[in-house]
This record gives sequence, structure tokens and C-alpha cells, in this order.
Amino acid sequence: MSVLPLPKAQAAADPILAVDDIVMEFPTPDGVVKALDHVSLSVRAGEFLSVIGPSGCGKSTLFNIVGGLQRGYQGRVSIGGEAVEGPHPAIGMVFQEESTFPWRTVLQNVEFPLEISGVAKARRQEMARRFIAMVGLGGFENRYPAELSGGMKQRVAIARTLAFEPKILLMDEPFASLDEQTRLLLGDKVLQIQQELQQTTLLITHNITEAVQLSDRILVMTYRPGRVKRILDIDLPRPRTSETIGSEAFGRFVAQLWSDLRDEATRGMDEQQELMRNAGRGP
Amino acid sequence: MTSRLRIDDGPLPALMGLAGIAALLLLIEGLISVGLLNPFIVPKPSQVIGSFYRVVVEENVLERFVLTIKECLFAVALVTIVGVSIGVLLHRVSLLRQATETWVAAFASAPVVLMYPLFLVMFGRSALTIVMMGFAAGLPPVILKTIEGLSSTRRVLLAVGQSFKLTPRQMFWKIQLPSSLPAIFVGLKLGLIFALINIVGVEFLINFGGLGQLINDLAERYDLPGTYAAISFVVVVSVGFFMIAERAERWLIR
Ligand SMILES: Nc1ncnc2c1ncn2[C@@H]1O[C@H](COP(=O)(O)OP(=O)(O)OP(=O)(O)O)[C@@H](O)[C@H]1O
Ligand SMILES: [Mg+2]
Repeated sequence: MSVLPLPKAQAAADPILAVDDIVMEFPTPDGVVKALDHVSLSVRAGEFLSVIGPSGCGKSTLFNIVGGLQRGYQGRVSIGGEAVEGPHPAIGMVFQEESTFPWRTVLQNVEFPLEISGVAKARRQEMARRFIAMVGLGGFENRYPAELSGGMKQRVAIARTLAFEPKILLMDEPFASLDEQTRLLLGDKVLQIQQELQQTTLLITHNITEAVQLSDRILVMTYRPGRVKRILDIDLPRPRTSETIGSEAFGRFVAQLWSDLRDEATRGMDEQQELMRNAGRGP
Repeated sequence: MTSRLRIDDGPLPALMGLAGIAALLLLIEGLISVGLLNPFIVPKPSQVIGSFYRVVVEENVLERFVLTIKECLFAVALVTIVGVSIGVLLHRVSLLRQATETWVAAFASAPVVLMYPLFLVMFGRSALTIVMMGFAAGLPPVILKTIEGLSSTRRVLLAVGQSFKLTPRQMFWKIQLPSSLPAIFVGLKLGLIFALINIVGVEFLINFGGLGQLINDLAERYDLPGTYAAISFVVVVSVGFFMIAERAERWLIR
């Protein structure tokens, strides 16, 4: 693997993405749900940042706000110092839900962003094929999503977003429906692409090992309301080989994240059960 | 969705279908022979088949066939263009939709065919009246299904479009419309059935051209086998249109 550490000068540059004091509340029939509570974050160009936190803590909401898809929040998001209103051309998103277009073949799905930006057909097909091969789907170009497994569809969605060549890549649990081996390989691939294209990548994951293996930093979020519990600097050398993963330092990061998340998850489950009990007692 | 994955069973399903029809006809034939069915109400299938040649040669079936098909084509084309457009409009303007959706649904179950005198007054005793009746009858399901398809477009697909910065126009043509096509086709197939029923019905009622008029003629002459033979031709038209619709659907939706 030809993964080189980023030049220090670049990594130290101004934040490419700044999230400033975001508060997001959803009105629901049972009252207001505070999804994000004064979340601030700044991401350097070329950085790989993972977001980790218990289910329902507001990770997807944070991504939707950064991606310009969610309005009605307090606070500020800026990209390259410029305030963001609506989807920004520098941002590419991979969604948590299955999001391939069922009426398009794999090739046509991956071509999609290029078609929108008016790239000539021959050229965009060639580019799309490259990204399809990158996610290990070479040979499936003319299949329809209905003929693919869940993990394969997710890879199509990843390839489609990669074809957009965004400066900032937001991926919401893109590897969730993959087996451990594919997950590792694809994680490596994404990392490789990220370093080649100098892409800034934000990844939501539930997989602690994966987060430590891939990230420069990890943002741990609290259970509702989602706050920043901790930002962990993963100062392990790159490339992170199986040796790194077996190392003591790696183990310490994993243990730290484990205990953080266990606390939050326990609190989350307790609160949720309490809520349901109260609801059951209601009129 | 599932049809895409269907394993091709070869000609077996079609053969089974034909065998089923043959068995039914034999049964009717038998029931009439033993006197359980009145041959003056239901003619023997063998007689009906025997009258095909006569009806085709003497009654200008080919010409009538073409006329009915033409009327159907015009009606279906109108239903598609107008129905989908109205559906899109109602989906866009939610006030308009809330105001009219129930009415459209009510209209779908109304016996439109009874409005033929009104259409006669408006369009005269012509093929136009027939086409317009077919159009009116086929319109509601297409409108309703178009609205349904558009409003059930998955949110995440729209989010994908937004994140790729699609213009509203691209959003419609590249995401909303293709994702609604399966529902729209359900509407079109229903609309086709309603249109055909009404077209043949009005041909029958106003005694103007086409297969409906032939059915009327033969029935009035009390040529029962001929009447049923003519009805068979209507079935052929219906099957033909259905097959075209399914082809188009498979070609458009994959
Ligand atoms: N549109 C909405 N309306 C009301 N509540 C919402 C909405 N979207 C999210 N929420 C609430 O906000 C909270 C955060 O949701 P979010 O989807 O961001 O969680 P998440 O961290 O991505 O969870 P998971 O790991 O399960 O995907 C949840 O409690 C959810 O119920
Ligand atoms: Mg989520």
C-alpha cells in the first residue's frame, strides 16, 4: 500500500470545515427532541475523522447539517471559511440508508454525478468504471441494484460519491452491511483514495477498531442530547499494518473508546426504557 | 422489481393459460350439450369458433378492429399525457391536490359510460366522442397513481439528488419521475382497461363504428355465435394493448 503520511504543512493549515456551536432540535408529538447540543468541531484539510457514538445520538443529523440537507439549526457551518447554506459542491455524501437508483445499472448509478456535471459519455463511463473497479465491483457494471447484495449496493453508493470527486467526503456507516474482510479491504481502499486525492473524510461508524485503524482523530459523541464527549488524537504511524493493529498503543485507544461508549450506551438504554415506561403509564 | 429476477419458465405459463381457456370452453360446450346451459343464451363455443370466418369475411372485422384500436391508441395517448401531467401538477401544488384528490378518486369509480349523451352533444356522433369517453374513463387512475408514485419517492434518493446539487428540473426528470414509473404504469394499465371498456361500450351504445357496433348489430340480429365471436375480438384488442404496455414497462423500468 502506498499510503504516505500527509505533509505536516498541509495538515496544519486552516480548517477546511468548521462546525460552530450547532444546536438542533426536532419537534415531535411527544415534545422537542434535542438531537445536537452545542456541537463544535473543526476539521483540517486532508484529515480523516471518524464520528462514533451510541445509536440516536445525532451523528446522521450532524452529517445532514454539514451536507446542507438539514435546515432549522442554530449555529454555523463553514467550508474554507465560507458559511454554508444548502448543499456545497465540495461535499460528497454516502448515506446510511440504501440509496442506489434501482432503475439504473451499476455503471449508470456511478456515472450519475458526472452526467449531471455534463461530462461526455465516453469519458464518464471510463471514469465510472475506474471507481467501480476500486470498490471491487468490476464485472457488475451492467447489473441492476436489485441483483446485488446489500453490501454490494452500498459499495455502488460509495463509488457513485467518489465519482463526484468531492473535496470533503461524508460517509454515514458505509461499511455497516459488509463482512469483516470486505470491510477491512474497503476501508483500506477508501483510505488510499483519500490520501491520493487529498480528500478530507468524515466517517460515521460503530466499529471501534475500524475507527482507530483509519482515523487521524475520532470524535466521540454522548447519548442524547448529542454533545462532543471527547476528541481522540490517533497518533499512530501510517500505514497502519496488522502489526500496528496488534500493538499496545492501538489496544489502548480501543479500550478508551470502549469505556466511553459503554457509559453512553448504558445511559442511552436506561433513558429510553424510562421513556417507554413513562409513555406506558400515560393516558 | 421481482419480475426482473423472474426465471424464465419458457412457454409453459402461456401454454397452461391456453390449456385453461380450452378446458373452460370444453366445459361450457359440455354443459350446453347436456342441457344445463340454455343454448339460446350461451351459444356453444364450437359454434362461436365456427362463426369466426363468417364474421371476419362478412362483417368487415378487420376495418372495425383497426378503428377500435385507433380509438384506443388516441385515448391512451391522451390519458398518458394529460393524466401524468395533471398528476405532476397536483403533486406539486398541494393545495390543489387536497382540494381535488377525493373528487378524482370518486370520478374513478363513477359509471362514466352513462355520460355519453353529454359527450354526444359536445362532440357529435363521431369517433371523437368515443375517444373522449375512453379518455375520461381512463384518466382518474393515471392521475391518482402518478401522485402516489411521486409522493412515495424515497427521501434518501431525493437527498442524493440534493447532495449532487441537481436543479429542480433534473430532480424531476432524473429522480422523481423514474422512481414513480412503476406506480404510473399500474395507473396506465388500469386506465387502459377503463378506456377500452368505455370505448367499446360507447361504440355499442351510439352504434358508431368499431367492434362495439358490430356486437350491437349481431346481437340485434340475434346472431349469438357471431356476437360472442365479436366479443372475442375485443378481448384480442385488450390482450394486445396489455402486452404492449408490459413491453414498454419492461423497457422503461429496469
Ligand atoms: N426528522 C426528524 N424528526 C424528528 N426527530 C428526528 C428526526 N431526525 C432525527 N431525529 C431524532 O434525532 C436523534 C438523532 O438522530 P440521528 O439519526 O442523527 O441519530 P444517529 O446518531 O445517526 O443514530 P444511528 O447510529 O442509529 O444511525 C434521534 O433521537 C432521532 O429520533
Ligand atoms: Mg445515523
